[in-house]
Amino acid sequence: MSSKYEVIIGLEIHVELLTKSKIFCGCKTDFGASPNSQCCPICLGLPGTLPVLNAKAVEYAIRAGLGLNCEIAEYSVFDRKNYFYPDLAKAYQTSQSDYPICGKGRVYYDLDQERYSCGITRAHLEEEAGKLVHSGDSIIGSSYSLVDYNRAGIPLIEIVTEPDLRSPQQAKAFLEQLKNILQYLEVSDCRMEEGSLRCDANISLRPFGEQDFRPKVEIKNLNSFRAVERALEYEVQRQTAIYDQNERVIQETRTWDENRGVTVSMRSKEEAEDYRYFPEPDLVPLIISTEWIEEVKKDMPELPLAKKDRLIEQYALSDYDANLIVSDKNIAAFFEETLTIYGESVEKAKTVTNWLTGEFFRLLNSEGIESKDSKVTPKALGDLLKAVDEQVINGKIAKEVFEEMFLTGKDPSQIIEERGLQQISDPAQLLAVIERILESNQKNVEEYKAGKEKIFGFFVGQVMKETKGKANPALVNQLLKQALDSTDGRA
Amino acid sequence: MDKILTNTATELSKKLESGEITSVQLVAKYLEHIEEIEPTIKAFITITKEQALRDAQASDQRRKEGKPLSKWDGIPIALKDNLSTKGVKTTCGSLMLENYIPPYDATVVERLKNNGLIILGKTNMDEFAMGSSTESSAFYPTRNPKNISKVPGGSSGGSAACVAAYEVPWALGTDTGGSVRGPASFCGVIGLKPTYGSVSRYGVVSYASSLDQVGWFTRSVGDAAALFQLISGYDPKDSTSVKVEDISSLESSVTGGVEGLTIGVIKECFGEELNPQVCRSVRASVEKLKEAGANIVEISLPFADIAIETYYIISTAEASSNLARFDGVRYGLRVPAEDVVSMFTKTRSQGFGEEVKRRIILGTHVLSAGNYDKYYRKAQKIRTAMKKEFTKVFEQVDLLITPTTPTTAFGFGEKQDPLHMYITDIYTVIVNLIGAPAISLPCGLDKESMPIGLQIIGKHFDEKTLLQAAHTLENLLDQEVEM
Ligand SMILES: [Zn+2]
Repeated sequence: MSSKYEVIIGLEIHVELLTKSKIFCGCKTDFGASPNSQCCPICLGLPGTLPVLNAKAVEYAIRAGLGLNCEIAEYSVFDRKNYFYPDLAKAYQTSQSDYPICGKGRVYYDLDQERYSCGITRAHLEEEAGKLVHSGDSIIGSSYSLVDYNRAGIPLIEIVTEPDLRSPQQAKAFLEQLKNILQYLEVSDCRMEEGSLRCDANISLRPFGEQDFRPKVEIKNLNSFRAVERALEYEVQRQTAIYDQNERVIQETRTWDENRGVTVSMRSKEEAEDYRYFPEPDLVPLIISTEWIEEVKKDMPELPLAKKDRLIEQYALSDYDANLIVSDKNIAAFFEETLTIYGESVEKAKTVTNWLTGEFFRLLNSEGIESKDSKVTPKALGDLLKAVDEQVINGKIAKEVFEEMFLTGKDPSQIIEERGLQQISDPAQLLAVIERILESNQKNVEEYKAGKEKIFGFFVGQVMKETKGKANPALVNQLLKQALDSTDGRA
Repeated sequence: MDKILTNTATELSKKLESGEITSVQLVAKYLEHIEEIEPTIKAFITITKEQALRDAQASDQRRKEGKPLSKWDGIPIALKDNLSTKGVKTTCGSLMLENYIPPYDATVVERLKNNGLIILGKTNMDEFAMGSSTESSAFYPTRNPKNISKVPGGSSGGSAACVAAYEVPWALGTDTGGSVRGPASFCGVIGLKPTYGSVSRYGVVSYASSLDQVGWFTRSVGDAAALFQLISGYDPKDSTSVKVEDISSLESSVTGGVEGLTIGVIKECFGEELNPQVCRSVRASVEKLKEAGANIVEISLPFADIAIETYYIISTAEASSNLARFDGVRYGLRVPAEDVVSMFTKTRSQGFGEEVKRRIILGTHVLSAGNYDKYYRKAQKIRTAMKKEFTKVFEQVDLLITPTTPTTAFGFGEKQDPLHMYITDIYTVIVNLIGAPAISLPCGLDKESMPIGLQIIGKHFDEKTLLQAAHTLENLLDQEVEM
């Protein structure tokens, strides 16, 4: 990474809102429906149709704005952004230009245990376009292209940041935080792979100390947060090399080529389109009352960073663990609910954290499901951990039980009962097993007595094997030691 | 021609109610007359003969069962071809939509159907409502029934002509800058443009959204009031529509006089472009209103002089955006080409006529970077100032009067220069810019016996006073004819 130049990054993020119906008509917004099955005369832009604003989309935009600490405009205006493209049914996108719904805001985020912030310039409401499927690689050169208007009219917010990000890593960390906030607010699922979150990045470099901005490059076609980071890293190198050779960076739009790991020039500023924005005459200005804003405010959940700070404060979680817990609102909720069942203490919080970030994450990964779809309830995990503490089962068996809970959704007590997994803590029962093992392994006993103490683990293993892992490990250790230490090898 | 065809809708309603005639008989008589004179007048683009007869049968059945949908059940009507009709071609007078069949009804069409009205067909118009003579229709011009060598006016020329020619008792049009009032004046019928927002625009193919308004042609002021009652009112599908006050008594209340009303005559609308015969006729009508007890004052509205320029900036800007959707992708004309951009270009080049292209180019120009402030923003500021000025004027007067058009109907091909054509709407566009209601009614004939129209402008949402004055004048002028 360059040390001579200061990196200046700003982002433009498009986020689809999770409303059940579209922004200007009553059509459904379900993802993955068969092509053109969720359209009507309005979202197809048939002659004579008119838009009617979906109040839910406005509410979600207010919610998102509040989550990004934006000022919510009491007066905002929809405008038409005019351009021709087959996926744009009216040949204009209904958007907002001079008077967006959300004004200035600020988002805080952590990176490498440091706290940063990035200013939000604005966030405005607009509609999605449809989706094109080409017979070839692109619209140019394809023998035909098909268009699906299911997506046309899904509400979007476009969030524009200030040029406050100073490294590709900061850009990625900011994006992760933004996504997390919007997911906490339940206004968007922010799935980049489904296109419900899209990001363009603006980047320029300047020598440290220079006041003015130098020409910036806009990067498009960024399909993952990792791609954002990589593309920005590539641009830092490319622009550094240009300045090092005393040449000029051209202000232009470049596209990220994921396979080759490079950005490629798309169009320069001179070729930029004139969208001829003007106020949408088919809609009246949007007036948002203070009461409405207050109502939305009342309903705001605790946001990830505040939650992280609280968990660290309350349960002494490490920065790393706290990040893991709050990075998924379902996990965070699971964590806290489990503690209310299991008991709220620093130690118990540590135990729950380990279970969640260990076994739970492992199973989510291996089964390929999302936390919200898991069958385990916080109550079940709390009960399981109680059973361990009360020595009903041991830790190793608990993992087995947990796996079954995860797969079947059964209660731990039921699984323990059905499979007879209660821990064996009866000394007489364990002694009988120990005696049997020592007797049939006389040679090893002698070796142990001769000083080869490492062999102790072998005996423990044998006992566990014999008891199918159910033996109380502490008791086994204790009894086994007594038995081996007695002169004749008997307890 | 059967004399019943000259009846007003109100008269026909009574005859249907009394059983003097059935809807099927009535529709058949109209269709017969249409068949006879349509080759000369060419008011229609589509005649929905079979459907109309079926609907008339259903209407008669309802009446027989004592369950008419309204007192207008069974009365025919014609619709301008830019009003979306489910299953019936809606061409907007353009090659672009020559074969376009909408899958839905405009709200106004829905309301007519819900009241049992029978749609006889879709009428000719200037392409996408852009014109003042119906000569820019992509299919054929409509002839003025009063003199077939003259234009019927535009853009709702077909609707005006079919009412004037007794092909229907009434017809819907649209009025963006005078497209109802102008042709009403040229054809000698009544044309009402209600307040912007009082009638839903849902399903009206947009020309200029902030100016477009459904209006209608009738042969009596009473009928105009009746249609207002039938189709006005808030529509949740149109965000710019407004909840209007109860208008259930409108029809009967139009009989009140003009005594005590203050009527302003706009000085700027009697300038040098005004034909002296039109001027005399309008002045004479004003005199009659004065005699009937109205208080007449002269009003100066300097903004009236720049209304036409303001109108052409705002209307074309909106049109350039509204008409962008006709790109050959989803419906209407598609001219195949080697790539998508060429397809757009060829489709739009071949699908639109000259006047439409002229206005799209003009509108694109006034919205483009560097021109927006000079033209569009300035025009919007003027529009806001005009509204303020009118509000002030309406504190002093109840109504305003102007001629509807500066001349009577002109001949085909007479106005080659677009600017000369635009002058036709010089007194009407200002009403659309401020959104007020206005009516044109016949007030005399020129030397060639062509009708002269007078325009009365009312306060926003005060159709009642407007119709009341119009009705009074209608009676005064009728008496004159009888004398
Ligand atoms: Zn829809």
